[in-house]
Amino acid sequence: MAPDTGNQILSNGKTRGRPGGLLTGPFALIGRAAISWINDLGAWAIFLVLGLLKILHPKQAFRVIEQIYYIGARSTMIIMLVGLFTGMVLGLQAYHALVKLGAEGALGTLVALSLVRELGPVLTAIMITARAGSAITAEIGIQRISEQIDALQTMRIDPLGYLVTPKIMASIISFPLLTALFDLIGILGGYISGVLLLGANAATYQYRVQASMDAGDVVHGLIKAVVFAVIVSAVYCYQGYFAHMRRDSHGAKAVGLSTTSAVVLSCVLILVTDYVLTALLI
Amino acid sequence: MVTPLIEFQNVTKRFGPKTVLERVNLQIFEGEITTVIGLSGGGKSVLLKHIIGLLKPDEGTILFRGKPLSGMKKNEVSASFAQMSYMFQDNALFDSMSVYENIALPLRETTNLGKTEIDRRVLARIEQMELQDAAHKYPSELSGGMQKRAALARALVTDPRIVLFDEPTSGQDPVRKNAILSMIAQYQKKFAFTAVLVSHEIPDVYFISNRILALYDRAIVFQGTPEELENFDHPFKDEVIRSLEGLQEELTGLHSRRQFRVQYHAQLKHRSYGETYSVVVFTLEGLDAITARLGHEAAQEAIRSMGVYIDKHFGAIGGFSTRRHANEFVTVLPYSNLTETESILKDFVDDFQEEGIQEIWAGARKQAASEVCVEFTILAGIAQGQPIMEINSVVDSAKHQQKEIARLRCDLGR
Repeated sequence: MAPDTGNQILSNGKTRGRPGGLLTGPFALIGRAAISWINDLGAWAIFLVLGLLKILHPKQAFRVIEQIYYIGARSTMIIMLVGLFTGMVLGLQAYHALVKLGAEGALGTLVALSLVRELGPVLTAIMITARAGSAITAEIGIQRISEQIDALQTMRIDPLGYLVTPKIMASIISFPLLTALFDLIGILGGYISGVLLLGANAATYQYRVQASMDAGDVVHGLIKAVVFAVIVSAVYCYQGYFAHMRRDSHGAKAVGLSTTSAVVLSCVLILVTDYVLTALLI
Repeated sequence: MVTPLIEFQNVTKRFGPKTVLERVNLQIFEGEITTVIGLSGGGKSVLLKHIIGLLKPDEGTILFRGKPLSGMKKNEVSASFAQMSYMFQDNALFDSMSVYENIALPLRETTNLGKTEIDRRVLARIEQMELQDAAHKYPSELSGGMQKRAALARALVTDPRIVLFDEPTSGQDPVRKNAILSMIAQYQKKFAFTAVLVSHEIPDVYFISNRILALYDRAIVFQGTPEELENFDHPFKDEVIRSLEGLQEELTGLHSRRQFRVQYHAQLKHRSYGETYSVVVFTLEGLDAITARLGHEAAQEAIRSMGVYIDKHFGAIGGFSTRRHANEFVTVLPYSNLTETESILKDFVDDFQEEGIQEIWAGARKQAASEVCVEFTILAGIAQGQPIMEINSVVDSAKHQQKEIARLRCDLGR
């Protein structure tokens, strides 16, 4: 005998739920969403750990170097450009604000600390996500829907080790390096706008940059960069790798939606993680 | 009793609410070409993916050399799958890699071979598949046929013991389709691997298959030789075979075997005792030599030209023909006795020696990969039948009477 679900079977064969369904419905919806979210989080964490463990494969070094080129080296120009203008805008805004307080001498401190501790890691991570992360999600997603990942499995090539691990490792190496470059160019940008264009004192700017920063600030920024690298690289690889399992679409559309999800989720996670890390490291 | 290489015992697979395979039982034996036939979307590829471990059954057991995969240790399972290779329906070539890199990939990633040895093996496969000009091109720059050959080269480069082919001929023209099947048969003989094909190319796959598995309504309803399938009485035959096997064979334009049987029954079975008909069996000897020296497509083009020539000659006088084996044709002359048929065949031989054999050679040369000349022979044999006789016994009798009717000689050009 079928268990009593409390549902009433109507003459047309459809069922009508308990009268309380209207009230419990939203809770059930939230519950299902929460369980699904926790499931996804668990799957993502396992994906990340497995991805990292595969670094021990003997042929991994070459693949990692190749990915450093795609993720890191080819992002250099855009990182320099964004770093330069971020520094210039920062110098411009900060100079006018500091002049009102008669503290324009602190321009170097403000620019350097803002960039090294916050803006550098965050903007670098967001820019790499936008440039390389979206491409990686699309690439892995297409490989998934065109059975290239299945083909790897049939050839006894571990798809995680072959496709995902090099990208995560390359991100872990590239993010801090590009962050450092961003910081450097940003400070230069602050110098251009604050000193060369607005007339702040050059020696004071340089002195303040050097004097206000210690190794802790740099480490603080680089820790953020590494954490962002781990999180977002796993997100964009995960989204591509499981593009075929999306419930809302299939095929090319699934790859497109996965790419969008990867970029949005990565950006949100960068900002949330940034807050958590700042609170922990400050 | 021989232990099957692969055996399914009550294998069931579901995707959500949909059951794709239900209590499937099958056996695949070592060293054979086994073809799984069935309608599109019937679960053939799903079945194949279970063999190589891309999918796992929800219920039931898969045995490899008599041992259940589910009971094996991880390294044993891995060793079993390491003997297999898989050719995907849509090729699954890496589009960011050249053909050479695609073929070399499994060797680079799963073996410790040096660059020189990898080069040697990859180039050998490239040459065998006639892909020399495409070696450094990307898959998107190749025709569908070349992509298939690249995928086949990648599947064979590791010298696997078992090769699984998922619709290897899909999207190909009739000559290429038969060329790919012929290629599979040739390599299966040469490298002695076990081949499992998924196909709905009926009857083309019959010519190369040792065993046929019929997947119908989520289960295997027939396992046996192509000849045994002819006598299999099941709705599968009406619903699947008839829908897949057209009235004409694609390559030659001759009657399909089913249509041939229909014609035979319609024209001969109802006739009265004492009336006779004749059967002529033609064989193209030297097909393997054409394949080896001019390529698979040239060989298939030769077969096509021969079928067209036979049909042109005998169709005009009321005969009907079919292809019985890869290089063998059967023609029935419903209203001719042995003496008349001998006379008809004599005229045919005169014409054939004059122009027919040259047409076959010209067909082969059209698709040839090289300029070399290849000698081949056409045999023909006649037998007389009566309505009460089984067509197969008459055909066998004609085959025993075969003698040479034409030969292409390279020194004379004919």
